[in-house]
Amino acid sequence: MSKMHVKMTVNGKAVEALAEPRTLLIHFLREDLKITGPHIGCETSHCGACTVDLDGKSVKACTVFVAQANGAEVTTVEGLVNDDGSLGVIQEMFREHHGLQCGFCTPGMITRAHLLLQENPTPSEEDIRFGIAGNLCRCTGYQNIVKAIAASADALNAQKEAAE
Amino acid sequence: MNEQTLTPEQRTANLKGMGTSRKRVEDVRFTQGKGNYVDDIKMDGMLFGDFVRSPYAHARVKNIDTSAAAAVPGVVAVLTAADLEPLGLHWMPTLAGDKQMVLADGKVLFQGQEVAYVIAEDRYIAADAAELVEVDYEELPVVVDPFKALEPDAPVLREDIAGNMEGAHGPRKHNNHIFTWEQGDKDATEAVLAEADVVAEEMVYYHRTHPCPLETCGCVASMDKVTGKLTLYGTFQAPHAIRTVVSLISGLAEHNIRVISPDIGGGFGNKVGAYSGYVCSVVASIVTGKPVKWVEDRMENLMSTAFARDYWMQGKIAATKEGKITGLWCHTTADHGGFDACADPTKFPAGFMNICTGSYDIPTAYLTVDGVYTNKAPGGVAYRCSFRVTEAAYFIERMIEILAIRLNMDAAELRRINFIRADQFPYQSALGWEYDSGDYHTAWDKAMKAVGYDGLRAEQAQQLADFNAGKTRKLMGIGLTHFTEIVGAGPVKNCDILGLGMFDSCEIRIHPTGSAIARLGTISQGQGHATTFAQIIASEIGIPADDITLEEGDTDTAPYGLGTYGSRSTPVAGAATAMAGRKIRAKAQMIAAYLLEVHDDDVEFDVDRFVVTGAPERFKTMKEIAFAAYNQAIPGIEPGLEAVSYYDPPNMTYPFGAYVCVLDIDVDTGEADIRSFYALDDCGTRINPMIIEGQVHGGLTEALAIAMGQEIAYDDMGNVKTGTLMDFFWPTAWETPNYQTDWTTTPSPHHPIGAKGVGESPNVGGVPCFSNAVHDAFRSFGLTQSHMPHDHWRIWKTANGLGLHG
Ligand code: FES
Ligand code: FES
Repeated sequence: MSKMHVKMTVNGKAVEALAEPRTLLIHFLREDLKITGPHIGCETSHCGACTVDLDGKSVKACTVFVAQANGAEVTTVEGLVNDDGSLGVIQEMFREHHGLQCGFCTPGMITRAHLLLQENPTPSEEDIRFGIAGNLCRCTGYQNIVKAIAASADALNAQKEAAE
Repeated sequence: MNEQTLTPEQRTANLKGMGTSRKRVEDVRFTQGKGNYVDDIKMDGMLFGDFVRSPYAHARVKNIDTSAAAAVPGVVAVLTAADLEPLGLHWMPTLAGDKQMVLADGKVLFQGQEVAYVIAEDRYIAADAAELVEVDYEELPVVVDPFKALEPDAPVLREDIAGNMEGAHGPRKHNNHIFTWEQGDKDATEAVLAEADVVAEEMVYYHRTHPCPLETCGCVASMDKVTGKLTLYGTFQAPHAIRTVVSLISGLAEHNIRVISPDIGGGFGNKVGAYSGYVCSVVASIVTGKPVKWVEDRMENLMSTAFARDYWMQGKIAATKEGKITGLWCHTTADHGGFDACADPTKFPAGFMNICTGSYDIPTAYLTVDGVYTNKAPGGVAYRCSFRVTEAAYFIERMIEILAIRLNMDAAELRRINFIRADQFPYQSALGWEYDSGDYHTAWDKAMKAVGYDGLRAEQAQQLADFNAGKTRKLMGIGLTHFTEIVGAGPVKNCDILGLGMFDSCEIRIHPTGSAIARLGTISQGQGHATTFAQIIASEIGIPADDITLEEGDTDTAPYGLGTYGSRSTPVAGAATAMAGRKIRAKAQMIAAYLLEVHDDDVEFDVDRFVVTGAPERFKTMKEIAFAAYNQAIPGIEPGLEAVSYYDPPNMTYPFGAYVCVLDIDVDTGEADIRSFYALDDCGTRINPMIIEGQVHGGLTEALAIAMGQEIAYDDMGNVKTGTLMDFFWPTAWETPNYQTDWTTTPSPHHPIGAKGVGESPNVGGVPCFSNAVHDAFRSFGLTQSHMPHDHWRIWKTANGLGLHG
């Protein structure tokens, strides 16, 4: 199949590559760019393991063709670490509150949490539970994930306040 | 502060040893997307495999035409059974002593069965080409009901063993019959049933479901033709067992095979068995000389690798009119699908179903299990379960509730008067197990008090009165469970899989500067082994957990072990870890004594050092001892400080717990709203409370899924009706409740650190608890048994059948 020229910004870096237009974004990220944080749990948009941030929206990268993402700005979990390489706030809070076990849902879950907290910086428990309902976790029972996201909200808000 | 002035408490805290909620070391990688799972592996020239699968549940395969597929640019080869046959690899042995087709050999026995394997340069080409393989099927009559499979004129499913009436587990009664397993005393139990004041009888069905970890199964096989070495990366819960099996079936020498389990995205029993994908990938790599990756998609996962449960349990329970249980009888019809691929220890074809007397002192019992072939996927794996203990616990916890209804007794009280008493341990059960330790009454009373049991019953009565008065359409249900687990398989004298004894192992090396590396025969799939096993070592040897690297899953470096499933890591490998630590400590003691110029017996271990007895200011820290072990000539002592331990457990461990679920059922919509869930677990000594709590949350959520909707359902044609996450219920954060956890601690007397294991308990106890709550809501309307899963539709039907819709 003929290939197209794809350009996008991934985690702040401009990337260019040749890819079949039908290539799924998740495969493009994982196979071509070797960004293996986002995972594949179903390929049918049910599990959210492949969640990335695409132009400010949480999308399931298994259901987006690379052609649709041409020119887009993409953030994955790898892009959420601090500049000095230390864990970002949400990543740290997931660790602190034991919000992960096997870690397979974690990149998608954290990427979703990242956007959720931008959409709603002071979410209630219900808001969090509803806001991550597109991301399945088989290991944790969500209780500690919810805690981790609530704690992230607090930490991020405290950071913001301190900066003001 | 220096070594001298720190208090023992401070020194203990520095170790982050057993009992502390140490943060997980794994998480630093996982939270930034730097895990290394099988599908993350990329190798030069790597090819991709994909299967052509049967759309039929039972059919003859008359012809396979691979020419169009093979002609697709980028396709390297297409394998069928005919290609594997000369190598003797078209069938493979199962863990249960049966054999299974690797690729369809003349017929298919379940929908989704592997028929051909396409190898191509990328996964898209492989998938495209798989579509082009032409298979000529002739449909055969389908049997999905195990009772119908045993009818005299049922179609013969396994023609390869037709007429062979001696199976791997004794005589077969029918061509679709696999085995009969018999435990306990038949005559005595029948006599008790005949004379009992009360006998409650019921069919209890635990439906077919699936472990469905978020990461599916997969592997990368890489044959190096120059060295003759095969490296096999894969989602293996038992890497060493896989190495041995690969060696036995491929003829490659075991030293030329290196099996590596990298990070695993959840296992829950799905990743114990050997699957066609592994065999085909190995063959493809040997043939092509290139690495070959195979990763199943979700639909393939749900349809073909590893179902769980599917047990029809006919039960009779006998009691006096005061409620003292006198006997238990059970006949189980076990649906194994097209091949018997259970992962049970060899001598236990129905796993530990004979733990079905549960937490109760039942003097007489009898159990038979008939294994049956049907046109469904093979598996029968221990899904978050120790070999059928989940089925057993569900059975007895339902039978208790049913007996309570018959006796018109409170189900909590009925349990209480039948519990094995603390003074009866070690307790010999009627079906052959020796329970190591327990204190059920204490746990139960603590649970009842914590939930305010009497108050809940009063509230329920009020809500029922309101319901009857037309003031509400919601019924309140109170689900109770007291389960006893049996984990840590197991003693080599009676536990083996394919002849491999079920011991486990740990090797510890202390480095000269006092840090360490430990390697185990197990493999974490989210349990946090790198964190918790280091804690055991920290407490045993006195080296901070943060200074210990833990490695698992590489058969070239790790000592041989049987892997992680059946909650066996802590009971078996955890014990091996403690024992290896003690060997090191024993040597360290001699070194310390030499350095301190006293007799070996005159030094004693104190947190992170050896001190001279009676003179605590004279000591040598483990760091100093480690340095001396490598760098000082000590007469009569070899240099170095390392040890390996292979631990053969003397007995299983028996964790237990008391759970209470409160829910409201809307009789008009069939919705069940979980109001609260209280889980008290006793897993013996607690290594990392944070991780235990996380395991309980996760296990309860899988229990919620199973009890309330998750199933692998088939239609009469053998089509899988729940093959995607759209139909296969997996609770989201939205429908999952918060859980309240609690504990008591009754150490295992035979385990070096008293730990029993916890990963499965919440699944074992959770399913009956949710299910009992649903049943309890309808108890006053005469419901005794309605089968799981209790999804909205089934609950609505129950309500309708009881006349609650007016
Ligand atoms: S892999 Fe994209 S939603 Fe599951
Ligand atoms: S941590 Fe395993 S799926 Fe979420």
